[in-house]
Amino acid sequence: MKKLRFFLMAFGASLTLLAGCKPDTPPASPTATSATPPTTATEAGTTTATTSAPAGKVRVVYIPKNTGNPYFDGVVKGFEQASKEIDIDFSTTAPAQPDPTAQISFIKDEIQRGANVICITPNSVDALNSVFDDARAKGVKILTVNADLTGNESHRDGAILPTDFDKLGANQIELIGSLMKYTGKFAILSATADAPDQNFWIKGMKEALKDPKYAKMELVGIVYGDDKDQKSVTEAEGLLTKYPDLKGILAPTSVGVAAVAKVVESRKVADKVIVTGLGTPNTMRRYLKDGIIPAVALWSPPEMGYIAAYASFGMSKGDVKMTPDASFKTGKMGSRIVGKNGVVIAGPPLVFTKDNVDKYDF
Amino acid sequence: MINKLFQRREAPLLIILAALVTIVCLLQPRFLSPGNLQSVLLWLPLLIIVALGEMAVILTRGIDVSVGSILGLSGMMTAMALRDYPELNIYVAALLATGIGAFLGAINGGLIAGAGTPPIVATLATLGIYRGLTFVVSSGKQVDDYQLPRNLARWSIDGPFGLSIPPYVVWIALIVAAAMHLFLTYSRTGRDWYAIGGEPDGASDRGVPVRLQTFCAYVLSGAGAGLAGLLYASRFGTVNPASIGNGFELLAIAAVVIGGTSIFGGSGTIAGVLLGCLLLGVINVALAVLNIAETWQSAVYGAVILMALLTDDAARRRLMKGARHK
Repeated sequence: MKKLRFFLMAFGASLTLLAGCKPDTPPASPTATSATPPTTATEAGTTTATTSAPAGKVRVVYIPKNTGNPYFDGVVKGFEQASKEIDIDFSTTAPAQPDPTAQISFIKDEIQRGANVICITPNSVDALNSVFDDARAKGVKILTVNADLTGNESHRDGAILPTDFDKLGANQIELIGSLMKYTGKFAILSATADAPDQNFWIKGMKEALKDPKYAKMELVGIVYGDDKDQKSVTEAEGLLTKYPDLKGILAPTSVGVAAVAKVVESRKVADKVIVTGLGTPNTMRRYLKDGIIPAVALWSPPEMGYIAAYASFGMSKGDVKMTPDASFKTGKMGSRIVGKNGVVIAGPPLVFTKDNVDKYDF
Repeated sequence: MINKLFQRREAPLLIILAALVTIVCLLQPRFLSPGNLQSVLLWLPLLIIVALGEMAVILTRGIDVSVGSILGLSGMMTAMALRDYPELNIYVAALLATGIGAFLGAINGGLIAGAGTPPIVATLATLGIYRGLTFVVSSGKQVDDYQLPRNLARWSIDGPFGLSIPPYVVWIALIVAAAMHLFLTYSRTGRDWYAIGGEPDGASDRGVPVRLQTFCAYVLSGAGAGLAGLLYASRFGTVNPASIGNGFELLAIAAVVIGGTSIFGGSGTIAGVLLGCLLLGVINVALAVLNIAETWQSAVYGAVILMALLTDDAARRRLMKGARHK
């Protein structure tokens, strides 16, 4: 039935166009979904003042970078999980494109609709400052999730970040090192040459490699797959051709690590070349279970959403202060301590192997 | 005999290709290792199938810039069908993918041959619409490797008779190319495409059903891109709505033009298009196996393509004179 519906949708839209009834507006318009039935939703734009959520309920909205990005679906899952455990009314909405200013109108709408806490993965570190200030003047709490307003921290109430990026590079080197028994040549397949996160981690990796523990490991090259399927596959194949005695490939990007796994499978060298990096359990599940790759790491987006939901609830109720050294409880995930600048780290990266990968779905 | 060979339009392309392979081999002898040859071969099938459809359109003096988005929408819908109905036979899935592509191509054809919209405008619009629909039907969620049938992935890993080189996908592309060659040479539609591109008004006077045959070219272009959508799923495993087929139209048009098909329509050969695809595959794999700094790769890539076009003297003369296919 589901299938039939999308066929009809696609055909219908195309036919409308063919008949010339409709100009070619992009169909990927912003969408809004609600985790709870929309009974409490108040329409913006009515003449009466918008009412806030019913007593006790905290209205939390999450605005990711854009719609259609599977990474943020994981974060949303965490919010939804927490909203079953605590008294929050959760919804999520996002612009179609991750443009720096695209989120502004969404934030304004949510203020109008009476949100108590706006959680947001900002598309810009400074373009949203004034709309955040407006929101906070009206008593709405602003919590950034997954990324911070670096340099503009005073415009938000707190930040929930996925993992300690300062330690991630070293963490990845230890992961591939332990799998390679700390000996042999390895290469890195990254995203784009100017990807700020990857470059920061690679810097950390190079720093970590100075440890005598890794003296017998040699980083022979860094290539860039641009987070595109074809380029990542071609670059990974190029590594195997260039370095016939390569023992490992580390890909700290989810598109890249899947491409490398595919390549060692089709070149039938999975027994010789260890592949690991950062990837989601869903993308890497089959490669892990078929023994193509031994392990892959990633922080947990659902865990981040879950913690953000508890932080939002506490902040709104006044129980949680996002000040350094404060701490708060987060249901199943234990408690978290607030660091400097009001930053909370969700946790260390999880390592997925064939034995535990089926416990995760994101 | 040799003289005759060099008069063929593919000859300059063959020389460039040989020179390129020689240079790359001198710099990196392992370029000809079996593993690396497999990389080159696996680079080709998707591009060949999309480029052949694109060629049909270009022969009619048209252009189809929506093929990347058709590949995406058809690949996404077929991957979702395979995910939701695991019992679905992959050969049926191949027909489904081709059918979806043909339908999307028919919309292009209707806009262009029926409503008289200029090809670049019509297909630029559907490029956006089909990509948008890819997000709509998938709700923005990707289909992961483990959700697709294993025998689909095997198409890109194993080959017939127990040999892994070349894999099945390469054979599929070669069969499609052979069929397309026969179609262009012996079918009324194929010959009409050359006639329409060579001289649209004259073709109409001579009783060629110009609108019908133009429509057919876009349907074929869509069908090829549709089939390539399934092969994409086989090759890369992960089907993401944003990345599947994104930008593929430029690659396909480049392969057709490098292969000596006149951008003004009316002339071109299948052998040329295959060589154009091979040249692009060799360049891309070569860039990855030579130690060329990342910052220089795009520039080197562009320079080689430009060289291929300029050296193809025959193609250049045809471009200038707009000569017709014989």
